[in-house]
Formats: sequence, structure tokens, C-alpha cells
Amino acid sequence: MSYESLQTIWFILIAVLWVGYFVLEGFDFGVGILLRTIGKTEAERRALVTTLGPLWDGNEVWLLVAGGATFAAFPEWYATLFSGFYLPLFLILFGLIIRGVAFEYRSKHGDAVWRQRWDWAILIGSFLPSLLWGVAFANLVRGTEVVQQANTGFLYTGGFWALLNPFALLGGLVTLSLFMTHGAIFVSLKTDGDIRYRARELAVKIGLVAAVLAVVFLLWAQVAYSNNSWTWATVLLAAVCWLGGIAMVRAGREGWSFTLSALTLALAVISLFGMLYPNLMPNIDRSLIGLTIHNGSSSETTLKIMTVVAVVMTPIVLLYQGWTYWIFRKRITAAQIPNPEAGILDGVH
Amino acid sequence: MSALDLSRWQFGITTVYHFLFVPITLGTSFLVAIMQTMWVRTGDSSWLRLTKFFGKIFLINFAMGVVTGIVQEFQFGMNWSDYSRFVGDIFGAPLAVEGLLAFFLESTFLGMWIFGWDRLPKKLHLASIWLAAIGTTLSAYFILAANAFMQHPVGFHINPVTHRAEMDDFLRLLTQNTAVIAYLHTMSAAFLLSGTLIAAVSAFHMVRGSNSSIFRKTLKLGAVVTLVAGAAVGWTGDADSKIMVTQQPMKMAAAEALYHTESNAGFSLFTVGTLDGSQSVLDVKVPNLLSFLATGDMNGEVKGINNLETEYTSTYAGTGLKGADFAPNIPITYWMFRLMIGLGMIAVLWALWLLWMIRGGREPKGKLVYRSAVWMTFAPLFGISAGWIFTEMGRQPWIVFGQMLTAQGVSPVITSFDVLVSMVIFTLLYGVLAVIEMGLLIKTVKQGLPEASDVKVVEGNQPLTFAY
Repeated sequence: MSYESLQTIWFILIAVLWVGYFVLEGFDFGVGILLRTIGKTEAERRALVTTLGPLWDGNEVWLLVAGGATFAAFPEWYATLFSGFYLPLFLILFGLIIRGVAFEYRSKHGDAVWRQRWDWAILIGSFLPSLLWGVAFANLVRGTEVVQQANTGFLYTGGFWALLNPFALLGGLVTLSLFMTHGAIFVSLKTDGDIRYRARELAVKIGLVAAVLAVVFLLWAQVAYSNNSWTWATVLLAAVCWLGGIAMVRAGREGWSFTLSALTLALAVISLFGMLYPNLMPNIDRSLIGLTIHNGSSSETTLKIMTVVAVVMTPIVLLYQGWTYWIFRKRITAAQIPNPEAGILDGVH
Repeated sequence: MSALDLSRWQFGITTVYHFLFVPITLGTSFLVAIMQTMWVRTGDSSWLRLTKFFGKIFLINFAMGVVTGIVQEFQFGMNWSDYSRFVGDIFGAPLAVEGLLAFFLESTFLGMWIFGWDRLPKKLHLASIWLAAIGTTLSAYFILAANAFMQHPVGFHINPVTHRAEMDDFLRLLTQNTAVIAYLHTMSAAFLLSGTLIAAVSAFHMVRGSNSSIFRKTLKLGAVVTLVAGAAVGWTGDADSKIMVTQQPMKMAAAEALYHTESNAGFSLFTVGTLDGSQSVLDVKVPNLLSFLATGDMNGEVKGINNLETEYTSTYAGTGLKGADFAPNIPITYWMFRLMIGLGMIAVLWALWLLWMIRGGREPKGKLVYRSAVWMTFAPLFGISAGWIFTEMGRQPWIVFGQMLTAQGVSPVITSFDVLVSMVIFTLLYGVLAVIEMGLLIKTVKQGLPEASDVKVVEGNQPLTFAY
């Protein structure tokens, strides 16, 4: 296999990792943001957190692997992007830390103030990454102030505030609203009782707002910044899937709705990566040289070794992670939560 | 302070903090798996209660390890982007493999273990904790292989056009002696710590007289693990220092504050150096011991700091560094090396003493057992921190030994302000989380063993036996 095709394969593989990340952690971000909106009682909130309990950590690993794979396959991209987008990434890390701990610790004590504080941590910790991943990806597609320097590679020199341009902020609102809807659909699929129906209604409401934002954003991106015309197809398909997903949840077909919203997120990520290809970080001024899969990749040896590892391991991971979802497929109701007001550490468990 | 200094502080703070939780996870996951195996094999419900009790402690700790680990995966690119550019081709690979092979395994099967008590058949549920434990140890292997590349880079060449390291031999990177011995040393230290933790918690309850006969099992388990692991730590540490003498002689010299090359070097127990750091004014030594430890020969030659500085100044003339710039911070490396060994040995001696206290079915009594049980876990915990501070500080001024200086690795675009913000907030957040975590651990430990409830599969809309 040629060096060029290996570079393309790794671009696709990293897109696959982001698809996995957005589809999976997308819903747990959404549930986190809506935790106190959907869950009105303590039992309801605990039912919601319990739906995520066995899954959220595995979902987050998709991000870690995407980070590691970018480091291995496109070190220049990893270096330029992560140092350039320093403060937004720091805020994302801050969010991921507080929400992760919050999931694990919130129900340990029965104290209402203790739980309320952790719920805020879950809300903020889910909100920040939901918004900022959109901002980051929108900036990649739009192009940034990247400068190639002799021997040191590419540097992002635009600073923090340049990242908060209107297009990127719209991108942030798109991921935020998509994840919130995706999370509400997940709740409607995985729970029963009041929370299920509350989630359904919210999914429709937020989903329609998301539809408008996402269509405007993707069309803007496609017309103004896309490198490829084939992404028209994925953009349109994403829009169709999304509307289908909203119609399905409205009709009470939650399984179909979740499948469609997951497909939408996958198509959105594919569209963004497709619009970039073969760029990784194009310059905002397209006449200047930017970072591409060719000038940003690892050596052929590394790509070959990593391809073997990825091709062997990814199907195995999908198999056992899929199996977890199968094991925890049952709906959970607020009534099933034992002693909802008591802390786990105070109970018999 | 410059972005470089702040980035070094931030990396130090976040990494030492992360590695408070990791070794507990590495050892305790296996020890809890052993307890559960005992329950499944013997049907003795006291093992089930112990599994659930130590499982809770394990999970409170694990959560902190997970969330602080995310920062680790990102900060190479955020703060050390020139380093990432230079080594990405070879250093990124073990990190990616770690995620794909280890992180998925541990996170997925741990989730299954936590929530699977009433949904999985007994043996499958047992398998899930073993798989999670295997995931944690795989993760340790890959990240230590990556770190070994920084200590002793192998299996690569420098691309003459890009001036970056490129991979020649991935297997060499994964199997070089620096990586293997670092893995064995780290794992045995993790078991030393986890054994101490479990013995300490058990001793605490035995003195208080709660479920004394049950906690006797885990006291023995923990203390024996501590002893065996202690021996392994000593053996691997000895092997590691012999490797270090050949690969990073400066680190060994700094560990001993040995300023001049000697062929019958003594092991320094205590030293005070001159202010300029070039001489020691007071030094209490065991004759010939260092030569023996470092080379296996009582009269083996151990190179001194001053001699190595001269040697490095000509070898690495291209870096522009001279003399003392090639030596790490001597007081820190010297004392951290001693702290590492001393704190580990305290825990081993304590485990031996505990076993003596409970010999022949005796009950451990007295304030000394009680107080030492409360505090003892901190000895190996901080011993491990000291060991890592020694290893990483002792490598300075290099980020990749002989290839790249730490000062060259820092991100060129980040400002002091950026790093100050992230460092201060990380530090405050980590501080608050440490207090919260300690509170939860103390409460869990004090509460003692849970009642053994029957483990059964939940049907339909029955209440769950466990929920978040």
C-alpha cells in the first residue's frame, strides 16, 4: 500500500474514532445537561445517572484513543492543534474531570446540597465540551491562522479570541443542541415512566431548534469552506436522518429515533472530515500553505504498524463494547432505584 | 516565570497527582479480583463481603485515576508540542495502542463489574474484574515503554530533512530492558502499596474489633503481598540501577551526590553539599556499597558528576550547554532517591511486624497498631511519588536523553498567562477533589463490611440492587 493511501486511511480512521466519540459521548453529554430538567425527583435523577453508569467511561475512551491516534499518525496535527487551541482544550478537560468524578460520587451521600453541587458539576462539565468541540471543529473547517516555520513545523498564531468567530460559535451551538437532543432521545429509549415522556417532548423541541442551527451551519460550511463537493450528499443525508429521528421520537418509536440521531451525528462528523480532506488545518487564507495529511503525517513505518494494530483491535473493541450495551439494554425506572434519598455509602451495598 | 517553567510545574503537579491513584488501581484491581475468586471458589460469603468492601475503596480511587488521566493524554500536545513533533512518530504509537488495547478493556469491563452483580452469571461477572485488572496492567506496560523511550531512546533514527525521530523498530521500543524493568519495578511497587493499603484497613478494623475474624484474611493477604512485592521492588530496583549506570550515568551520580569518579564508591547515607553544588562538604558513606550496587563489583567504577559534565560538554557540544547545565538538581535527586527506598522499606517492615502481631491467631492490640494502620498507606504512596520525581528530575536537562532538551520541547505558542491559568485551576481543582476523595474513603473505611445480600438477577421491574 502506498504512503499516500496509508495517510488517507489514517485520516479515515481518526474520523471513525470521532464518529464513535460523538455518537456515544454525545448522548451522555446530553443526559448530563438535561439531568435536572428531565429528572424532577431524586429517584428520577438517579435513574438517569444509572443509565449512564456502566457506559460513560467506555464512551470517553473514544476521545482518548482519538487523541492517541492523532499523536501517532499525525504528530504535527496533534502538536499544532493542541498547543494552538490551548485554553478551549483546557476548559474541555476541566469539564471532563468534574463530570466524571460527579457521576461516580454524586449518589455516595444522601445530602441534598452535596447532590445538587455534583449535579451542577455534571451540567457544567457536559455543557463545556458539548459547546467547545463544535467550536473547535468549526474552526478547523473554516481555517485558522496557521503559519509554517522553518524546522519547527506549523504554529497556530491566532490566539484564543480568534477562535470565537461567528461561524465557530454557531458550530458550538450545533453540537450543543445535537447532543442535548441525542441525550433526550437516549433517555426516552432507556427509561420508563414520567422521565421517558418528558424526554420525548424535550427531544422534539430541542431537536427542531437543532435542525435549524445544524442546517444553516452545514450549508454555510459546505458553501464557504468545503474542499469537496461529495459532502453535499452527507450533509443532505444528515438533515434527512435528523428530521426522521425527530418524527420517530414524536411517534414513540424511540429505537428508530436513536438509530437515526446516531446516524446524523456520524454523518455530521463525516461531513466535517470530508470538507477538510486532504487538509488537517487549512490556513484561513487558502492561498497560503496549511497542514495536510501529507505534510503532517508520521513515517510510513509507523502508519503501517498502527494500521495492523487498528485493524485487528477495533472490531474486537466494537464487539465487547456492543455487548455491554446489550447487557444493560433494559429500561430503568425511577421506581427501581432503591432508597433514592439515601447515599450509597449509607445503604447496604 | 516563563511558559517553560510553568509547564514543567504543571506537568509535575498533574502527573504526580495522577500517579497517586494509578498504583492503587494497578494493585488493588488484582487483589479485589483475588478476593472475588476466593468467594466464587469457596462459596464463603465473608469473601463476598470483603470483595464488596474493598471494591468500594477501589472504585472511589479509580474514578480519580480516570479523570486525571485524560489530562495526561492531552498535555503532551498542549504544553510540549515541539517535543510531540519531535517524537510523535515513535512515542505516539504506544499511547494509541494503550488506548485501543488497555483503556477500552478496563473501562468497559469495570462498568460491567460495577453494574453487573445482578445481571451477569457469577463466573462471567468474575471474569469482568479480571479483564479490567488486565486492562490496567497492559496500560501500565505501554505508557512505561513510552517513558522508557525518554530515558533511553531506541529503535529510531533522526530524519535528516525534518530533524525528527522516526521509528525503525517498534518491538525494540516495547521490549528494551529499560521498559521491561520499569514495568516490573512499577508493578511491584503498586502491589507493595496496595498490599499495605489492604493490610492497613484490615488492621484498623481488627483493632476496633469489628469483624475481626474476617479481616484477618485480608490482613494476611495484604501483608504477604507487601512482603513479596517488597522483595520484588528491591530486586527490580537493583536491576534498574545497574541499567541506569550504563544508560544514564549522570542520574546515578546525582542519586548518590557522587561528584568525582570512583572505582570503590561508597553508598552515601547522608550528605551536605557546598552552595555552588560542585562539592560535598559532609558525607556519611558505607564503603564500596555503591560500586557493588551499580556494577556488581566492589571495586567497579562509578562516574562522578563533575567528570560526566566534562564528558557531556564535548559529546553534546551542539546543544550549547556546558558543565553544570548537564547535571540535574542534585539535592532533589539525592533525597528523593533516599525517600523512595526508605518509605518502601518502612512499609515492608511494618507488614512483617503486623504478621508477627497476629501470629498463632492473636488479636492485634494497642494504639501503635491502630495509629500506624491509619497512616502507613502514605509511606509507600509517597515513596512511589518520590521515585518518579527522582526518575524524571534525574533525567534533566533532557526530555529525551541525549536527543532533546526539556527547554526545546515546550510549546512555542503558549504564553505564561495561558499556563498560569491552567496550572492554578488544575491545582485548586485537584486540591478540592483530594479533600472530597479522602472524605469518601474515610467514611467507606469506617463503615466496615457490608452485610452479605444475596446476589441474584433482577427480573422485570424489581428494584435494582445497585444504582448510581
